[in-house]
Amino acid sequence: MKSYEAIHQVDLTVPFLSLSLKNPVMPASGCFAFGREISAFYDLNRLGAIVVKATTLDERQGNASPRLAETPAGMLNSIGLQNPGVECVIREDLPYLAIYEQLPVIVNVAGTAIEDYVEVVKRLSQVQSIAALELNISCPNVKCGGIQFGTDPEMAAEMVRAIKAVANIPVIVKLSPNVTNIVEMALACETAGADALSLINTLIGMQIDVERKRPLLANGVGGLSGPAVKPVAVRMVYEVSSAVHIPIIGIGGVMTGVDVVEFLMAGASAVQVGTANFVDPYACVRIIEELGVWCDEHGVQSVTELIGAAKPKIGV
Amino acid sequence: MALVTISSHTRINADLYELTFTAPMDLQTTRYEPGQFLHIRVTDSFDFLLRRPLSLCKVDLLHNRLTVVYRVQGAGTKRLSTKQVGDALDVLGPLGRGYQIHKEDHASLLIGGGVGVPPLVELARQLHELGQMVHAVVGFQSSQQAILLSDLAQYGSVTVLTDDGSIGKKGIVTDVLRTEFCNGFDRYYACGPTPMLKAVQQVLRTADLPGYLSLEERMGCGIGICVGCVHPIMRDGHVANMKTCKEGPVFAAEEVVFS
Ligand SMILES: Cc1cc2nc3c(=O)[nH]c(=O)nc-3n(C[C@H](O)[C@H](O)[C@H](O)COP(=O)(O)OP(=O)(O)OC[C@H]3O[C@@H](n4cnc5c(N)ncnc54)[C@H](O)[C@@H]3O)c2cc1C
Ligand SMILES: Cc1cc2nc3c(=O)[nH]c(=O)nc-3n(C[C@H](O)[C@H](O)[C@H](O)COP(=O)(O)O)c2cc1C
Ligand code: FES
Repeated sequence: MKSYEAIHQVDLTVPFLSLSLKNPVMPASGCFAFGREISAFYDLNRLGAIVVKATTLDERQGNASPRLAETPAGMLNSIGLQNPGVECVIREDLPYLAIYEQLPVIVNVAGTAIEDYVEVVKRLSQVQSIAALELNISCPNVKCGGIQFGTDPEMAAEMVRAIKAVANIPVIVKLSPNVTNIVEMALACETAGADALSLINTLIGMQIDVERKRPLLANGVGGLSGPAVKPVAVRMVYEVSSAVHIPIIGIGGVMTGVDVVEFLMAGASAVQVGTANFVDPYACVRIIEELGVWCDEHGVQSVTELIGAAKPKIGV
Repeated sequence: MALVTISSHTRINADLYELTFTAPMDLQTTRYEPGQFLHIRVTDSFDFLLRRPLSLCKVDLLHNRLTVVYRVQGAGTKRLSTKQVGDALDVLGPLGRGYQIHKEDHASLLIGGGVGVPPLVELARQLHELGQMVHAVVGFQSSQQAILLSDLAQYGSVTVLTDDGSIGKKGIVTDVLRTEFCNGFDRYYACGPTPMLKAVQQVLRTADLPGYLSLEERMGCGIGICVGCVHPIMRDGHVANMKTCKEGPVFAAEEVVFS
């Protein structure tokens, strides 16, 4: 590996909405809690941004255990949005993150009905320290847990319009891959006023406990994540970025700096890292460093050069 | 998180292995508790993505080494069993909250089932060092699965039970936990499969003996960020899903809610 000084020559900053991210890497929602635990491993200011766990109006206890299963190069989870509720997040978790002055905070919002989402967004709009909201209309793990908004373009658009009417900060919409036509969903959200899109959330899956002759997860189904889903995510980012004009955050199976390069080339402006944090608590900062090294070795001076680089060049 | 070097790795019974490696930290100066666990990667490729939690079993302060004892349960621990002396091992921890030691106690009852026995060894050592009377009641399926009996015997008396009577008495651990027997102890410390913990909690509640249970839930991160490892715990009159990797795996027995 090249020295850290060499990596310093590469400009990792990316413009994203009104922000200038110091690098395109941020932990994904639900895979980093609210940052406290990982702060014992490294300085969170090194991250491009942070996306915190899904926040709902009221406290939720989530699904019963077992909630996790390992799959080839991946995992299934059925957490079910366990979180302390928006008031507790505002009181206890967001002030903690405000200490990190160079860390844009993105709050992931979830709920059951449009009114829940609107109420959560209204309350979060009172908080100065939030850079953007990420609307989770794609959680597969809660009955009526937003997934119906994530699979029906009309309902997604209605949700986005309702949120945009009350939000005073940019709204990123997180899409579900569990749809027939991801481009249609993306266009519906863009038209309704979404400022950016993040994709993908987990793919619905199941594992059978063959000894007990029943699904292994207590919830039956769960969301698949990790390296196994990366090709699906890259394909969706490529297709969606060719159709919309708003920035995209690529998510799904990012484990290394080269995976970031792949998502950027497919058309993402930034990436989120989920499951990798469970395997390696240092994953995000290691990935940032690997990205710098890759760029340096390939004569890339600014990571922005990579965005969409895998697309056919118009007019050539 | 650290890459450590395996210093010994031996099969100690059918499908059971003892694995020793140089500790990632200075054991003389680092605080650790019996009942804490290590989160270990069994390979550095993606085929087994998640770490496997294994309890801290023995601590060798002199050589700064740690030992885990594990059963080949599925494909991940099978992969682990192929590691050789001298190989690097990716270890995170010790993690979580272990057994709380009560210096004022005189006699402690340790209850273990199967691969729930390993954490009791370091616990027994510490209790014995404090001058406490230690009695371990341990259960296994058969003599083929029995482990760590001589290690436990170094620190106190041991009662062994097996399902088939191939070693020790035939029966299960709760068979010996009669109230008269339990009256001789100040506290109990248990680790084992969930049905055993549930039965132990019930029997010893009746005997009015306070204690601790070490829970076994599937884990993702092991450090509190995935919220995958929860168990219902009753605290301050409310039942809440708590992370067993962070708040546990050891909980006060009366707090643990079984369905
Ligand atoms: C805190 C704690 C301490 C433990 N200490 C020990 C120990 O000292 N010795 C020992 O032999 N075993 C111990 N276990 C159980 C051990 O972690 C599992 O046997 C092991 O993870 C199985 O992995 P596998 O790949 O062989 O099985 P697989 O079934 O292939 O594993 C698939 C997934 O399920 C998880 N899993 C499967 N069985 C269990 C289980 N019983 N408990 C938790 N997760 C499981 C695995 O970690 C993995 O993520 C402990 C478990 C916990 C939670
Ligand atoms: C344990 C776990 C919890 C998650 N919780 C959330 C959540 O609360 N909100 C959300 O939008 N996505 C959640 N996700 C999805 C991730 O943010 C991410 O979209 C997905 O895991 C794919 O990325 P990965 O392959 O890098 O993990 C969760 C994923 C996992 C594995
Ligand atoms: S294992 Fe991830 S929170 Fe406990």
